[in-house]
Amino acid sequence: MSEEGIVKKFMYVNRKSPYGTIYALESLEVVLITAAFDQDVSLTFTDDGVYQLMKDQKTDGIGMKNFSSTYSALGDYEIKKIFIDKESLEERGLSVSDLQELVWEDEDEDYAEKSSINLVSRAELSNIMSQQDIVMSF
Amino acid sequence: MAVDFFNNSEVDVSLEVNGKSYEVDEEGYLADLNAWDADVANAMAEADGAPLEDNHWEVINFLREYYEEYQIAPAVRVLTKQIGKRLGKEKGNSKYLYELFPYGPAKQACKYAGLPKPTGCV
Repeated sequence: MSEEGIVKKFMYVNRKSPYGTIYALESLEVVLITAAFDQDVSLTFTDDGVYQLMKDQKTDGIGMKNFSSTYSALGDYEIKKIFIDKESLEERGLSVSDLQELVWEDEDEDYAEKSSINLVSRAELSNIMSQQDIVMSF
Repeated sequence: MAVDFFNNSEVDVSLEVNGKSYEVDEEGYLADLNAWDADVANAMAEADGAPLEDNHWEVINFLREYYEEYQIAPAVRVLTKQIGKRLGKEKGNSKYLYELFPYGPAKQACKYAGLPKPTGCV
């Protein structure tokens, strides 16, 4: 699986709330597959997409699988760049403390946990997006 | 693995172990994660010709815990890294894991653990 190959910068942009449509779950699936191919993967959460990372999600009432705990596995897949659109949070009356903490473990530092979350403005986001090889929006 | 190409879409296979019936998909993965027990894991391994030993169980138990926590079966790279972290570097490598699970550590061990096929597994 990890033969020498071209590594591209993939960014997955998540814009929708987690359970109203299948986009969030499908995006997560594609993200994990891309990461399994040793690509440089980053994620952006913007617009209603910021709701995907809300803490303490409960889906019993809507009869859907709660996949929010899977975001915590992103670090294991070497996904260390999670960008959160600050304005989208503010527009919804949220702050970063309403979101799950996402970390990755640094093997070289005895598996020290480091935060993967980057709070960014839209202007910064646009700049980061322009540096990607591939941007996919969900 | 035997696949009936003429009846592939309608296979409704079940695995009989000690008089108990377990529903599996066409590749032999358990349909219901919660129906899993040690008996079915042992039966699957024996059918593949390699009965489970303690070293296999370490990996299978890890996979079940990982699924419980993250709701996914880890890709092989993730499995290897995590095994290395939890069980020691001498076990966290492809050689060790492929010796235990020659059909592919993630695929075969996930099957015995009653999990779906790992995401990112092609």
